[in-house]
Amino acid sequence: MVRGVLFLAGMSVIVVLGGIFAMLFYYGMHAFSDISLSEFFLSTSWNPSAYGEPTYGILSMVVSTLFVSVGAMVIAIPIGVGAAAYISEIAKPAVRETLKPVIEILASIPSVVVGFFGIVFLGPLIADTFGLSSGLNAINGSFLLAFMSLPTIISVSEDAIHSVPEEYKAASMALGATKWYTLVKVILPAASSGIIASIMLGFGRAIGETMTVLMATGNALRMPGNLFDSVRTMTANIAIELGEVPFNTTHYYSLFAVGLMLFLMTMLVNLAAERITQHIGRHKL
Amino acid sequence: MELVAEREKVAEGETVMKIKKPVIKPKPQVVYEFDISNINVFYGEAQILKDINMKIEPRSITALIGPSGCGKSTFLRMLNRMNDTIDGFSFNGTVLHKGSNIYDKKTQVEDLRKKVGMVFQKPNPFPKSIYENVIYGLRLNGVRNKSVLDEAVEKALKQAALWNEVKDDLKKSALALSGGQQQRLCIARTIAVEPEVILMDEPASALDPISTAKIEELVFDLQQKYTFIVVTHNMHQASRISQKTAFFHMGDLIEYGDTETIFTKPSQKLTENYITGRFG
Ligand SMILES: Nc1ncnc2c1ncn2[C@@H]1O[C@H](COP(=O)(O)OP(=O)(O)OP(=O)(O)O)[C@@H](O)[C@H]1O
Ligand SMILES: [Mg+2]
Repeated sequence: MVRGVLFLAGMSVIVVLGGIFAMLFYYGMHAFSDISLSEFFLSTSWNPSAYGEPTYGILSMVVSTLFVSVGAMVIAIPIGVGAAAYISEIAKPAVRETLKPVIEILASIPSVVVGFFGIVFLGPLIADTFGLSSGLNAINGSFLLAFMSLPTIISVSEDAIHSVPEEYKAASMALGATKWYTLVKVILPAASSGIIASIMLGFGRAIGETMTVLMATGNALRMPGNLFDSVRTMTANIAIELGEVPFNTTHYYSLFAVGLMLFLMTMLVNLAAERITQHIGRHKL
Repeated sequence: MELVAEREKVAEGETVMKIKKPVIKPKPQVVYEFDISNINVFYGEAQILKDINMKIEPRSITALIGPSGCGKSTFLRMLNRMNDTIDGFSFNGTVLHKGSNIYDKKTQVEDLRKKVGMVFQKPNPFPKSIYENVIYGLRLNGVRNKSVLDEAVEKALKQAALWNEVKDDLKKSALALSGGQQQRLCIARTIAVEPEVILMDEPASALDPISTAKIEELVFDLQQKYTFIVVTHNMHQASRISQKTAFFHMGDLIEYGDTETIFTKPSQKLTENYITGRFG
């Protein structure tokens, strides 16, 4: 009886996941009766409501998403892994016990609040610092997404670092290594699968995050040239357009296709994470 | 005036000496591997080692024996300062290693540990290849030359009696080795940096009799090169391989001397009871 209930609970997750994928796939595919695959993937112009000649190219949105999320990782990885190493290996117990709950609280800040912070504080700061007319751009989004993925990266990395057996550290110290050398040469490599998993989780979160980027990146629909350009990510585009689009039009379906693309991208990141962790698990560096 | 006074003193001394007829024995110039005096160790309030005095000669094998919890591991870790990071550890007394005080503020604990290596009770190879494990200490010491490293790996693995079993696949993960092989790898890793002393804390307690015999044998073979201090619960092992034995009991060093004497005619009743298996 209990087993049956738990089995159903477990299955329901798979059913929901499959259902979401099926829905995205079903509606998304409708789009391709009017849009060629090459236009969809390779064109940089997205203008579904253009009179007469609508365009449906997602390339600039995909690049924008990658700009913002990769930028976020460049910022978040060193800070996150460094903080995890500090909390696990260096901080005094009292400091550790205060930092850990504080980081958990960071994770619970609503994304709209983070976006708000991006508009009223970080945006003007970036504009002033770099002499731009507006601070709502890709780098603003990168900073905010870095901030939002830090709790995941820190806590998952910290778990991984903390679970490295004491014996490895003792062996290294007994050979005359410093704490720092031991951290870099033994502890971080031994924890690398967990650290990579944490980064992938953070990256997945950054790719999928919507409200913050919608508020802070300016939403300009064009190919970004650098991190100071205003960008519109895939998520932001769906959020902006889905509310106003007439049902069952090509435009409507094309947004599902964008959603499908997003789904596949995050799945790819997760699969890559899985592969990397397994690979490291087998070879143990 | 002063010179005269000096001479008189010397003269006085001479006459005194003549009367006492002293045997003039030049002090032997032994530099002890470890010269340990008046050691007290505490974990918090609890006193773990009580006023220990011990001199350990270079290139000898010393066995540390005694019932569980008597402080053998604590004593051993004191010699490479691996106790330092334990919460509540405090210490007084002096430990001289080759004449220099290892608890001196000027002593770099990393340098000490490069000279005083340690093999742990539970085999603890790094989750890296066999090769990487052996060269870890050399890399740490700045050795980069591939052929130097290759040679050192072969030499260390041979000394640790592991070479023949692993020479065909040095890239294999150390974790894929058996427990006995892992422990010999740990010995090779310690030997590779050519320390002066090798501390061993029950190095064979987790191993089968054949692996144990191999480790005893290699320690015996290497005693010309290194000073070994070995904690063991195995009385046969202690009597087989060591020249000196120290018997600890509840933080006291009850008896320390030639292994043969300790095992044939111990001067303390407690020692006799322990080695004959009447307690412990
Ligand atoms: N990290 C520690 N913190 C506090 N007390 C400790 C610690 N390690 C050991 N002790 C205590 O110190 C005493 C001596 O321990 P030690 O490990 O040196 O004994 P031992 O002779 O090696 O015993 P065994 O034969 O079981 O290994 C024991 O009473 C033990 O409970
Ligand atoms: Mg012990």
